[in-house]
Amino acid sequence: MDGFVLQFVEGLKTTVLLALISGALGMVVGLLAAAAKLSRFAPLRVVVGAYTTIVRGVPELLIILLIYFGGTVAISSFFGRYVEINAFSAGVLALTIVFGAYTAEIFRGAVLSISRGQIEAARSLGLHPWQTWLLIILPLMMRIALPALGNQWFSLIKETSLISIVGLTDIMRVAAVGAGSMRAPLTFYLAASALYLFLTSLALVVFNLLERHFAVRGH
Amino acid sequence: MDVELLLTSTMTLASGIPLTLILALASLVIGLVLSVPLAFLRASGNRWVSLPVLAYTYVFRGTPLLVQLFIIYYGLGQIDFIRSSVLWHVLRDPFWCSLLAFSLNSAAYTTEVFRGGILAVPPGMIDAAQAIGMTPLQQKRKIILPIAFRGILPSYVNEVIALLKASSLASTVTLLEITGLSRKLVSETFAPYEIFIAAGILYLGLTSVFTSGFRMLETRWLNAPPKQAAPDGIAVKRVAHGS
Repeated sequence: MDGFVLQFVEGLKTTVLLALISGALGMVVGLLAAAAKLSRFAPLRVVVGAYTTIVRGVPELLIILLIYFGGTVAISSFFGRYVEINAFSAGVLALTIVFGAYTAEIFRGAVLSISRGQIEAARSLGLHPWQTWLLIILPLMMRIALPALGNQWFSLIKETSLISIVGLTDIMRVAAVGAGSMRAPLTFYLAASALYLFLTSLALVVFNLLERHFAVRGH
Repeated sequence: MDVELLLTSTMTLASGIPLTLILALASLVIGLVLSVPLAFLRASGNRWVSLPVLAYTYVFRGTPLLVQLFIIYYGLGQIDFIRSSVLWHVLRDPFWCSLLAFSLNSAAYTTEVFRGGILAVPPGMIDAAQAIGMTPLQQKRKIILPIAFRGILPSYVNEVIALLKASSLASTVTLLEITGLSRKLVSETFAPYEIFIAAGILYLGLTSVFTSGFRMLETRWLNAPPKQAAPDGIAVKRVAHGS
C-alpha cells in the first residue's frame, strides 16, 4: 500500500497539471471564440457557433476518444509507422476544445450584459479598441462570468478522470491499477474519490475567494 | 475521410440508440423521483434535516461520475455482505450498475436545482395556500412543486442533456450503447475518424431533439409566446384557461 501512496501523489500531480493547462488554454480559446461570436463578420460567427454547438452536444468521452485514436492514426500516417499519441497531450487538446466551447458561451453572455455606456465612455475617452477590451470589458466581464466559470472549472477537474480511459496515469488510472493488483477495488476507488473531492473543494474555496475579491463594495 | 464508411457506421451505431436512451431516460426519471423529497429536505430550515442531504449532493457532485460508476461496479463486490446477498445478482450486472450510478448522480444535481426552485417560490403564494386551509402536503403538491418546476425548467434541460452525454460512460463497463458500439467498431476496423464522428452525429441529433422538445414545453408551460408568433409586431393576447 505504501508504494501506492507515492503513485497517488504522482497521479494527483498529473491530474492537477492536466486541469490547469487545459483550463488556461481553454479560457484563451473561450475568450477568442466569444469575441468571434460577437464580431460583425458573419462567416466567423457561423463557424465558431458550429464549434460551440457541436462540442456541447457530444459526450466529452467521445471527443477524447476521437482525438486520441484519430491523432494516433494521423501521426502514424505522417511518420509511415505506428506511433501512439501521448495521452497527456491528447487529454490537453480534448479538454481545451471542450472547455473553450463552454467558456465561450459564458464569456459571450457576460460581455453582452455589460452596459453599452461603459464601452461608449471608453471610446469617448479616446481608448483604442484593444485598450477598451483589456481595461474595460475584461475586468467588468470577469466579475459577471465568475460564478459560471467556477462551475466550469469544477466540471473540468472531474472530466480529467476520463483521460485515464486512454491510458494517462492520473488519479483514476492509479486507482484502477491498484484495484486490480491489490484486489481491493473499493478501497482504491474510494481513495480516488476522496482526492477528487479534495480538488473540487479546493476549487470551490478558490472561486469563493475570487468572487469576494472581485465583488463591488456596497453591492 | 471515407464518406461511405461514415454512413454505414452511422447505421450500425444507430442500433445503440435504444440503450443510450433507456439509460439516460430511466436514470432521469429515477433521479427526478428521488430529488423531489430530497429537495424539500434540503430546503428545510432545520439543519439536522438539510445537512445530510447536502453531504450527499456535495459528494456526488464533487467527484467524477466515472469514479462513482467504478465504485458501484467494481467496488461493491469487495464487500462480502453484498456478495452473499440477493442484491449481488443486480450489482454484478453492468446495466443495473450504470443505471444506479447515473440515477444517484442525477438525483444529486436535480436536488440542488429543485432546491433553488423551491426557495424561489414567492412566500405570498405559500401564505395564500395556508390561508385557504391547505395541509402542508397539499401546499407542496399543488402550489410549491408546480411553481418550482416551472421556474427550474430552463436549467433542468441542461441536466437532461448532461445525462444523455454522461450515459456514454456506460461503455467503460462493457455496455454496448452508442459509444460502446463505436469503440468496438474502431477496434475492429481501426477507422477512428469516420466511426467516432458518426457517433458524434447521433449524439448531436439526440441532444438537439431533447433541446427543442424542452423548448416546446417551456413555451407551453411558461406561457412564453413562441418566436415569430405575432405577425407585424402585433402581440396576440392570450387568454389563460386556468391551466
